[in-house]
Amino acid sequence: MDMDFRILEQLTQIFGPSGSEEQVAEFISAQISPYCDEVISDTLGNLLAVRHGTGKKIMVAAHMDEIGLMITHIDKEGFLRFTPLGGVRTANLVGQRVKFNTGRIGTIGVEKLAKPSDFKLDKLYIDIGAVSQNEAEQIVHLGETAVFVGDFVEVGSRIMAKALDDRVGCFVVIEALKRSKSTNELVFAFTAQEEIGTRGAKTAAYALEPDLAIAVDVTATGDTPKDHTMSVKLGSGVGIKVLDRSLITPPQIKRWMAGVAAERNIPFQWEVLEYGGTDSGAIHLSRGGVPSGVISIPTRYVHSPAEMVDRSDVQAAVDLLVSLLEHPPD
Amino acid sequence: MNPQMKDVRDFLSLLSIASGVSGYEFSIASLVREGFKEFSDEVQHDKLGNVYALKRGNKDSNKKIMLAAHLDEIGLIVKKIDSRGFLQFTSIGGTDQRTLLSQEVLVHGNQAIPGIIASLSPHLFDKMESSQAVKMEEMIIDVGMPLAKIQEVIQVGDIITIKRQIYSLLNNLIAGKSFDDRAGVVAMKVCLEELSRLKHSHDVVAVATTQEEVGARGAITSAYTLNPDLAVTIDVTHACTPDLKGQVTIDLGKGPTVALGPNIHPAIYRHLVDTAYFHRVPIQIEPIPGHSGTDAWPIPSPPYRMIWRECYVIKES
Amino acid sequence: MLLKSLSELNGTSGAENLVRNFLRQTIEPFVDIISTDKMGNLIGMKNDSLSGPKVMLAAHMDEVALMIIDITGEGFLKFRPVGGIDARILVSKPVQINNSCVGVIGAKAIHLQKHTERQNALSCDQLYIDIGAKSKEDASSKVKLGDYAYFTTEFEPFGDGLYKGKALDGRVGCAILAELLKNDYDFPLIAGFTVQEEVGLRGAKVAAHHLAPDFAIILEASVADDMSEGAEDGWITELGNGPACSLMDRSTLYSAKLIQWVTSVARQNGIPLQFRRGSGGGNDAGSIHISNVGIPTICLNVPCRYIHSFASVISEKDYRDCYDLVNALLKELPNFFEGSSINFAKEDKS
Repeated sequence: MDMDFRILEQLTQIFGPSGSEEQVAEFISAQISPYCDEVISDTLGNLLAVRHGTGKKIMVAAHMDEIGLMITHIDKEGFLRFTPLGGVRTANLVGQRVKFNTGRIGTIGVEKLAKPSDFKLDKLYIDIGAVSQNEAEQIVHLGETAVFVGDFVEVGSRIMAKALDDRVGCFVVIEALKRSKSTNELVFAFTAQEEIGTRGAKTAAYALEPDLAIAVDVTATGDTPKDHTMSVKLGSGVGIKVLDRSLITPPQIKRWMAGVAAERNIPFQWEVLEYGGTDSGAIHLSRGGVPSGVISIPTRYVHSPAEMVDRSDVQAAVDLLVSLLEHPPD
Repeated sequence: MNPQMKDVRDFLSLLSIASGVSGYEFSIASLVREGFKEFSDEVQHDKLGNVYALKRGNKDSNKKIMLAAHLDEIGLIVKKIDSRGFLQFTSIGGTDQRTLLSQEVLVHGNQAIPGIIASLSPHLFDKMESSQAVKMEEMIIDVGMPLAKIQEVIQVGDIITIKRQIYSLLNNLIAGKSFDDRAGVVAMKVCLEELSRLKHSHDVVAVATTQEEVGARGAITSAYTLNPDLAVTIDVTHACTPDLKGQVTIDLGKGPTVALGPNIHPAIYRHLVDTAYFHRVPIQIEPIPGHSGTDAWPIPSPPYRMIWRECYVIKES
Repeated sequence: MLLKSLSELNGTSGAENLVRNFLRQTIEPFVDIISTDKMGNLIGMKNDSLSGPKVMLAAHMDEVALMIIDITGEGFLKFRPVGGIDARILVSKPVQINNSCVGVIGAKAIHLQKHTERQNALSCDQLYIDIGAKSKEDASSKVKLGDYAYFTTEFEPFGDGLYKGKALDGRVGCAILAELLKNDYDFPLIAGFTVQEEVGLRGAKVAAHHLAPDFAIILEASVADDMSEGAEDGWITELGNGPACSLMDRSTLYSAKLIQWVTSVARQNGIPLQFRRGSGGGNDAGSIHISNVGIPTICLNVPCRYIHSFASVISEKDYRDCYDLVNALLKELPNFFEGSSINFAKEDKS
């Protein structure tokens, strides 16, 4: 079965900032329902899908939410002030286009700065082209969130789009779900509110009580000019996470994942991330603890409107997830 | 030195020299399981690697007392191997980067490989920069091998520990690594030993927790699993040194400290202090206004914290 | 193993006696005259009665260390470095004082430091040595002001064909020199194991003045900073590329003619040779070459990583190649003297 990257394209373009993941959940539900026994939504907005089976219960998680900007103030001239949802980097904002759920588009401007070190989030605003406060209030209301505008584009062997974090993870899980011949009890959690503190994962894990968990998320790379020191490179295979700030992957999980990858000739690379976290960070501390690992898709420019992944890494991620589900550890 | 003291010293030395960085405590966990077996009714471990030693009480009580001390030590991890065969690394847990330069280490690849931490830039002759600490990003580990040989034995993600032996100082003091919190683990063993000579009503579970240094993670899940009625955390605290006059009022050799503050239940605190006085055990009081920075913080049921500082155990180095 | 013994002995500037005694015993069977001068330099002479140029080989016995300058009321030891030690390598390390006492270098504990403080290097003033003493009296019974604290590193094989140990700067030269003394050469040979190099090349000055050799070869270890990727053009020396011939340092500008000679001897004998490409630092050549009327001097270095720190690293092959090169130079020396003009110090400008 060939991977249908059009599904990934659609996924990235759906509006779904933290707390407003409904449309993403709807799309995914339609994709996976034919392949699952049960699909439900929970209080936090997680989409949970179950495939019954025997033996260990394995939970697979990918988060549906993307980072966004929540409107906190509409000023007298119709300009909007905002607060970030998730790890928004001020450096990525000025001049970018953002989009509301209604489809209205705005751009981000910045006040005049007395000195460069004054450049902070509170000096920025969104301009949606309104001529007055009144007009603006007809178009957006306080508490509404905007996301980046970032078309899905294929550039050589790579793909560029907004929200690959973590729609590419969702895509990998969907594709694996369709292909998996695993006989284990499988629970797929498309989680909500990961970007603001892995909150969906906490409640999902508590409810599902898995024996083992794998999150699928993006990770950074160290292969651009004068980059942070990091060994992960685009196109060098799927990442197997060793650690980040939320999780130290248990050695036996690392060994299992690498063993399966090596056996099936799936190219992989070890990933050590000095910051950041994933849903597995929350899942592994649920109740009495859950052994957890992470499949990481190497991604450049994370949390920008033009995140970039390599198709072969995405393929490797799907292959690895399918193989892991079919060969759980003893 | 009496036989019990000698045992304690030997067990502490054994644990100190062993490697057990947060998340990778398995080898030292087996040493601890062996150490606890003799004086417990049951020894088990859970999915996060926490080691539990149960000592049943003689009453038909359903009350449980949890003791907690953490197994893990801070350490380093290989994050990249450069084209010259030098290892770039980051830390697991809060390392002061200033203690790293010129340190001998062990890289736990296929085998334990000796290495030396050095600075990328020759710092010796450049007096101008020497007021700035060398950052971890500017350091490398030299294992003295060409890249091809290294790739056979070391990978990104391998754990690195400080190579350190035990040094005997004056006055029965010893210096070594990882006394935080292997000293606490040893204290729990002594406790189990003492309990085996006494009659006690309630069940006691001594837990050697994992991953305390990265956020008390072992404590979170073990507290959930045990759901104890009472918990005592045993950790280390700082004794007075020359530049801490006035900031720290705890001294080495004057007995363990008992903590006081919001993380500590007042009734338990009172009981501990009274018991110590009654049994003539010297203690020091340590006020802690907020987060105690130990396993006690995530333990939800009323915890209190006794900081054990055996009078002949010394500093972290 | 000779180098291991030398590395593990403790002897800093002005307190080299243990090293001197060991070397004296080691070289005694191979020299005709042996003496210690007023500074403490150990001088061995072979073939003193022969005619021919008097050649001096020099290596320094002293290592960098810490001197105890105060004992606090609580029994902690304050110290200052002897020789050039970057204070940033010190905190948390074990040291040995005299031959009995062990201590650990400490500073204010990490939990109690503000995050910003960790960007600032700790200076010697902020550090202390803890030997476990209960009080000033207790500490004073074991340690006196003016005692020295040494690194405790064990000398061991390391990695692939390398060695690590402390005090390699100096002791490497002493080991090579002691081994060379076992051979026979056709001219008077002076072995000068000097003192106090680390604090100003002081022993060498005195030795050279009295001995007045016609030619001097200094045996040293030199900074190898070959760790940075893509910066090959900036490295001073590189491990595994053979002994490094000095071109210039802060105390000596070496004669181009002599350097040419060294290069051709190395090439003829198939011995790898590199050049020491930095111009910083200094060594005994600084005092020797301007002694009396001037002495033609060359300096050969064994590349050494992490010099002046707890664990320095050298390559075994570089060590052997350095020995071979000096041996070859000594054998060639009579020809060199015959073939050149009397005044060796002048450079050949052609």
